[in-house]
Amino acid sequence: MTVDTQALVASRRSFRVPAALRSPLGYVGVGIVLIWAFIAVAAPWLAPFDPLADDFPRLQPPDATNLMGTDAIGRDVLSRVMFGARTSMPLAFLIVASSMVIGSTIGAIAGYFGKAVDEILMRITDVVFAFPSIILAMVIAAALGPSLTNAFIALVFVSWPSYARVARSLVIVARKNDYVVAGRLLGAGPLTSLRRDVMPNVTSPLLVLGSLNVGTAVLELAGLSFLGLGAIPPLPDWGAAVSEGVHHFSSWWISLYPGLAILTVVVAFNLIGDSLRDSLDPSTAKQVKGGRL
Amino acid sequence: MPPLARYVSLRLFMAVILAFGVTLITFALANLVPGDPVQAALGEQASNNPAIVEQFREDMGLDQPLPVQYVTYMTNLFQGDLGVSTQTKTPVAEELASAFPATAELAIAAILVAIVIGVALGLWAALRRGRAIDHLIRVVSLVGISVPTFWLAILVYFFFYSQLRLLPGSGRLSPLTIPPPNVTGFYTVDSAFAGQWTTFGDAALHLVMPASVLALGAIGLLTRFSRSSVLEVLNLEYIKAASAKGLPARTVILKYVLRGASVPIIAVTGIAFGSLLAGAVLTEQVFAWHGIGELAYNAATRLDLPVVMGVGLLVGITYICVNLIVDLIYGVVDPRARVS
Repeated sequence: MTVDTQALVASRRSFRVPAALRSPLGYVGVGIVLIWAFIAVAAPWLAPFDPLADDFPRLQPPDATNLMGTDAIGRDVLSRVMFGARTSMPLAFLIVASSMVIGSTIGAIAGYFGKAVDEILMRITDVVFAFPSIILAMVIAAALGPSLTNAFIALVFVSWPSYARVARSLVIVARKNDYVVAGRLLGAGPLTSLRRDVMPNVTSPLLVLGSLNVGTAVLELAGLSFLGLGAIPPLPDWGAAVSEGVHHFSSWWISLYPGLAILTVVVAFNLIGDSLRDSLDPSTAKQVKGGRL
Repeated sequence: MPPLARYVSLRLFMAVILAFGVTLITFALANLVPGDPVQAALGEQASNNPAIVEQFREDMGLDQPLPVQYVTYMTNLFQGDLGVSTQTKTPVAEELASAFPATAELAIAAILVAIVIGVALGLWAALRRGRAIDHLIRVVSLVGISVPTFWLAILVYFFFYSQLRLLPGSGRLSPLTIPPPNVTGFYTVDSAFAGQWTTFGDAALHLVMPASVLALGAIGLLTRFSRSSVLEVLNLEYIKAASAKGLPARTVILKYVLRGASVPIIAVTGIAFGSLLAGAVLTEQVFAWHGIGELAYNAATRLDLPVVMGVGLLVGITYICVNLIVDLIYGVVDPRARVS
């Protein structure tokens, strides 16, 4: 997914999250995420059956007992969808948080020190950017071997460059502020100056970028699991569940419900990210009058 | 040097640097594989014999320092040697070459559809900003970028093929249809050249389902960007001047607004193409489309590393080339890009 980074960089206004979520669609997004968070936490009590137990007839269409039917080895799809929330969502947050920290650090160092440091770090960023992210993640995850941990490593590795680019542009502007120069003159070392005077003033756009990327992280994680490079059976996982449908086309319920789970979560995170970005971005905040010619 | 020539050569130079960077990454990954490649190649018994292991490492150049190994790797690469598939024992380069045209045809069909629909929807939404149709288009494009393509592929296949029998289900041609003489590798183009119109129709029908599924994500992306860049242009003085002068709305939109909004739209097309290539890897399997994506899916699920690396390399290089073309178009359309 791409983000209009220029808009993020152009707007360095600080903001409060509740005010930023003014738009009703943003609240819809928050609502959906809260519902899924609740399902993830309460899955052991909410789920009607054990997600790992193959107690039912195989490939049973949805009925009164198994509201979403059963999968190819007779497990309850609804229970597996509920438990699936426990891997996808926390892991997506962790991917975004880790790549944000790594990317921002690299970008901030490049922007603050400039010259050769900047050149080297940004060329590395460009190379990672030169791959469509899921493809590079696939290559890395395959090289490391299939597991959720390796999928996490692969996705962090492909996700940090966008933060590095935004952080770099923000820091280049912020380091010229008088208070930063004053801090240096008072004897603060470069790293202290960067950490104490520069970084606190560039965090909001980075957080917005992060919020825009949670949905992408959920999608990419599901994609890796779909390729068999993420969650390992029998762990309940949305992407892996969808891929079981490839071999059982007529049993549409195996894929339909886990896919809907992915879709709702990604839409919700994208709604939140969009409204946060709109509230930061003066060009969309400014109402354009007379849209019709 | 004139600005345009300077711009073009700079872009070319950057693309070559990036391509080398991409090979560095695949090389690093190939050397970072956990589990000893020596043991994997020799089997357990032979790898317990130090003399055999030593001999093997020497034969394969594994005793050389990494920079030397990289040079060997690049030499092989330039000679088209990408290793051998651990599953099928065919050279990876051969597999990639036979699969590439299928994916290229699919991706090009999908991006053309996506550009036409995405730009039209974005323009429409922008011109009707704040009205019902604008909201509807925004929701559709949001769903477009949020939907897992591999899931959509399964549903579309089930609904339009298994249930309704509206569209041909899998592959690039119906069974018993003979592929057209191979010129470009694109069945639609080749059959049209050969004047085999039944084959052309068949190939085009087979494209509809996979290309539409792939296009959806790109449509979402292009709609969002077209909408915002058209909105920005609509606010500019010269558009107001053009309408105030009394030019018909159609002329203003087609000649002034679209031209002004085209630069960001062209820029995002390259990115959309990347997401499309990624989508191909996840969906081709569903449609039994024998392209790079199906190759990647089978290789990934069976951990056939040489093939996975080959796909990564090929897709990375393709993506760089596409973005180079996008940059060049950008430079032609927008003279300001040449000097910055």
